[in-house]
Amino acid sequence: MSVIDVERACVEFDGDHVLENIDLRIEAGEFVALLGPNGSGKSTLVRAILGLQPLEHGRVRLFDEPLGRFSDWSRIALVPQRLPGTNSIPVSVWETVISGRITPRSRFRRVGKEAKATAQLALTEVGLWPRRHDRLDTLSGGQQRRVLIARALATSADLLVMDEPTAGIDAENLTHLVHLLGELHKHGVTVLVVTHELTDIEHLVTRAIVLGEDRTGTIRFDGPPPVPASFADAVHHHDDHPHDQSTAPTGLAPR
Amino acid sequence: MTLFAYDFMQRALIAAVLVGLIAPLIGVFLVQRRLSLLGDGMGHVALTGVGLAFLLGTAPVPTAMVTAVIGAFLIEFIRYRSRTAGDVALALLFYGGIAGGVLFASLAPGKAASSLNAYLFGSLTTVAGADLIALVALCVAVLIVLAIFGRELFAVSLDTEIAQVQGIKVRAMSTLMAVLAAVVVVVGMRVVGLLLVSAIMIVPVAAAQQITRSFISTATLAVALGVFASVAGLTTSFYVEVPPGPTIVLVALGTFAFLALLAVPIRKRRRVLA
Repeated sequence: MSVIDVERACVEFDGDHVLENIDLRIEAGEFVALLGPNGSGKSTLVRAILGLQPLEHGRVRLFDEPLGRFSDWSRIALVPQRLPGTNSIPVSVWETVISGRITPRSRFRRVGKEAKATAQLALTEVGLWPRRHDRLDTLSGGQQRRVLIARALATSADLLVMDEPTAGIDAENLTHLVHLLGELHKHGVTVLVVTHELTDIEHLVTRAIVLGEDRTGTIRFDGPPPVPASFADAVHHHDDHPHDQSTAPTGLAPR
Repeated sequence: MTLFAYDFMQRALIAAVLVGLIAPLIGVFLVQRRLSLLGDGMGHVALTGVGLAFLLGTAPVPTAMVTAVIGAFLIEFIRYRSRTAGDVALALLFYGGIAGGVLFASLAPGKAASSLNAYLFGSLTTVAGADLIALVALCVAVLIVLAIFGRELFAVSLDTEIAQVQGIKVRAMSTLMAVLAAVVVVVGMRVVGLLLVSAIMIVPVAAAQQITRSFISTATLAVALGVFASVAGLTTSFYVEVPPGPTIVLVALGTFAFLALLAVPIRKRRRVLA
């Protein structure tokens, strides 16, 4: 069964093609890494798949159903890069995680014991159970990301879509997180990860997709890792120095 | 307490408590979505409704209700359909609402323009029995809607995109939130007046969040503060002979100042304990 099926998807922003004729089929049980340089359309593709970004033309099917008619959203969990940051009321870590279980189907029901147990397990897995009563915004960036991962895990979804889940997470927690993703994948969860940093999860990835540069948003590589060296620009390198003084515009250079 | 021996004071007390209870419950979602001024926008639109009621000779409260609910749909429509930011959409409502209200009232026969004051600043002590029944019914309706949709409203106010991926109808929930705000504005119109009704939605929430750590504790404390401000403001206004609406709002602002000052040592202590 195909979990995600994208056909000839095009997305334009003010006349610019961000995605052009993307064809992509992801089967159940795959572990897909979506790679590409900044501005290559990775996040836009993910947003289009989830219906957050309207298509110029083309179509998306989720779990063999057209996006417009798809209703079983409890099967999908999204880990965004961050919360929008517009929240002004204190929200606790626990409330954030349990909010993953809110769906229109839960409208007339109380949050059950099972949901709470799943949320507790998820929060324990990311190592933040002791911080459950704390305000989310008092946690560090990496910790907040782990809360968002716990939130997605608490949904018990069978498709996990993650936008840069490993960025900003310290070595110890990263090892555990990667192990956790491996376990979920073993239990049949389909994983789609948008990332710059393939190194940490490369052994789990069954398929790497590289999106093109020069803002055309086409697929340049699609296959099992390792990604050939000719597409190396799509993957983050530790020895890159993006803020290298010699390449900085003179106006921005330190005096 | 002898002051509540008077019938009109009993009715005023019930009305004030109802508004103190219900307004912060909606306000907590508005503050979370950075739409604190939505209530004010609705208040201005309701003013057009009151002016229209004077002109047409209809009952002010139902007319204001209809106008405010139309305004709620309108603002969500403007926000989605045009490239207008939320605050600009609100500004349009503010200006249109107040201009419409004053214009219609001045066209109306008699001294309608001067009785607009009762709706601008509230006239708590003139609440009649029938008003009270309508108030109770509206509050119960708001509570039922919150019991059913409260969690989805919370998810939407946390992050609209994740909420959408959870299958929540984000646009319907946003509209529902605006409609609830419109209903509360009209409910609060008689108590603190259209110009200040948003204060009783927002100020208790702003006060509560100074010392709370979760959404639910913020909502709970905000309701407690809202009810406290309503009762304390009404009582004060009876003894000091000042209008109740502004007194209630000033008491609420007092709780904000108190908790904001209290928050400093509390945060320090939490930091030490953590």
